[in-house]
Amino acid sequence: MLKIGPYSFNSRLLLGTGKFPDFDTQKAAVEASQTEILTFAVRRMNIFEPNQPNFLEKIDVKKYTLLPNTAGAKTAEEAVRIAKLAKASGLCDMIKVEVIGCDKTLLPDPIETLKASEMLLEEGFIVLPYTSDDVLLAKRLEDLGCHAIMPGASPIGTGLGIVNPLNIHYIIEQSNVPVIVDAGIGVPSDAAKAMELGADGVLLNTAVSGANDPVKMAEAMKYAVLAGHGGFEAGRIPKKLHANASSPLEGMSLL
Amino acid sequence: MNMIVNGREVTLPENVVTVRDLLDHFQLNKELAIVELNQSILDKATRDNKKLTNGDRVEIVQFVGGG
Repeated sequence: MLKIGPYSFNSRLLLGTGKFPDFDTQKAAVEASQTEILTFAVRRMNIFEPNQPNFLEKIDVKKYTLLPNTAGAKTAEEAVRIAKLAKASGLCDMIKVEVIGCDKTLLPDPIETLKASEMLLEEGFIVLPYTSDDVLLAKRLEDLGCHAIMPGASPIGTGLGIVNPLNIHYIIEQSNVPVIVDAGIGVPSDAAKAMELGADGVLLNTAVSGANDPVKMAEAMKYAVLAGHGGFEAGRIPKKLHANASSPLEGMSLL
Repeated sequence: MNMIVNGREVTLPENVVTVRDLLDHFQLNKELAIVELNQSILDKATRDNKKLTNGDRVEIVQFVGGG
């Protein structure tokens, strides 16, 4: 079970809802992933184009826990405002703190992320900050009282996988709250690797929504997360520099 | 009545008096809409009859796809 604040989940795969080719594909991908947590962004309604279809109308909202993000915010204050708007939907009290500090790399601003997390914890939110893979920052976020830490594998949408597995390992090792590897996942082996390192979950979006077959990729990611987590729980063998036969050496006199 | 809705200056007919009227006027999905009036977020349960006044600044937002 993945436990975040007061909530428990069977699935350790969190799925973003951006950039799918169409709602039918998206709905099928969400179902294939068997995720229980869906992320959303908060944006202005287009008042001059009424009744635009919205993905929330296509799914049974009660079946999922919604995790809105504060994407678009560049300061802690903006993030808090978006978080409060999201909470006013009456649909959720979890928030993914996302304060981007650089338009080119979309890397999170560590200072503003820390500030926003602190402010939102004071407001009673369940706070999941998207952060870089900085080990000490992850510690500071946990010390504040964040309910999970979400270090990026690599920059958003790059699909580069885990560029610094050692830092992710350190973050997992030190954390007493769930660590969810968020952003940069490209292929199922990236998700499996994150889970093998001991992550409590993986959050991805573009890897599925941008795949040639998003539904098939969603299912593959489900298995990757399960496989990686199973491997972590089972405990891997130590790496060795020399071969060690797996077939018995006795009874070879037949040769 | 004139007000700024989602950053755009709009002129509203006289029958638009409350937040509910405003959402109806623009044919917006009331289930999805989250409304902020003059930088103060309105409680979904009680916002419908909230009166609007000339010069108000209104933000109407919703959840959209995002990662």
